[in-house]
Amino acid sequence: MHYTFQIERGNFTDAGQASSSVKRTLKQLGVAPANIKRTVVALFEAEINAVAHAYGGTIDVDIDGEKIVMVVADEGPGIPNLDLAMQEGWSTASPKVREMGYGAGMGLPNIKKNTDDLKIETEVGVGTTVTMTVYLV
Amino acid sequence: MTVKEIIEKLGLQCLNEANLDTEVTGAYASDLLSDVMGNARSGQIWITMQTHKNVSAIASLKDIPAVILVRGSQPDEDMLEHAKDEEICILVSQDATFQVCGKLYALIA
Repeated sequence: MHYTFQIERGNFTDAGQASSSVKRTLKQLGVAPANIKRTVVALFEAEINAVAHAYGGTIDVDIDGEKIVMVVADEGPGIPNLDLAMQEGWSTASPKVREMGYGAGMGLPNIKKNTDDLKIETEVGVGTTVTMTVYLV
Repeated sequence: MTVKEIIEKLGLQCLNEANLDTEVTGAYASDLLSDVMGNARSGQIWITMQTHKNVSAIASLKDIPAVILVRGSQPDEDMLEHAKDEEICILVSQDATFQVCGKLYALIA
């Protein structure tokens, strides 16, 4: 099964729709609750990262019997220092984003903790593609 | 203890009646949304002063039955609408986070 969602810059109001839709689908498919939880935490964080930092993008989700692969690809500033970005507590979020309760530098660490495989390709001034895999078996 | 019993014992205002008979397993107090995403557990009540729509989105994703907004904070209109769609109980306390946590801890911890 394949699903695609659009990400709009700064649109926090609709953030979470992709995660919410994927959660419903996984429930219907009878995926184990622990795997559903991991998947939605990772996808939500990636979605918020793209909304907060990028200029727009897409989310592609593929589900088969063995795994869930989520690709969040954005056009945006890219991540200049990935090692720093992966550090818990490090954030470049704007004051507005921080006021909403984001920007604690926990997004990428949360993604790493909740996925089995995480690949981040990023180019400064071009964009970032985050590929997250959750194995179901 | 159920959501309904907590509403009664803490004298909370209920803005969306949902999950009233759900058994609450604990609580998580945080205004950092990624902290809640990463560390809150399903079945816990979430205590916060954040009032925007992402609060109900996260509560729904994490299977959090009820959110207590502290210091009389009112939810944004779209947060409440979303909570109704997703069946999340939205509660308001006049107390600050510390008092709400203390009272809840005495009840359910």
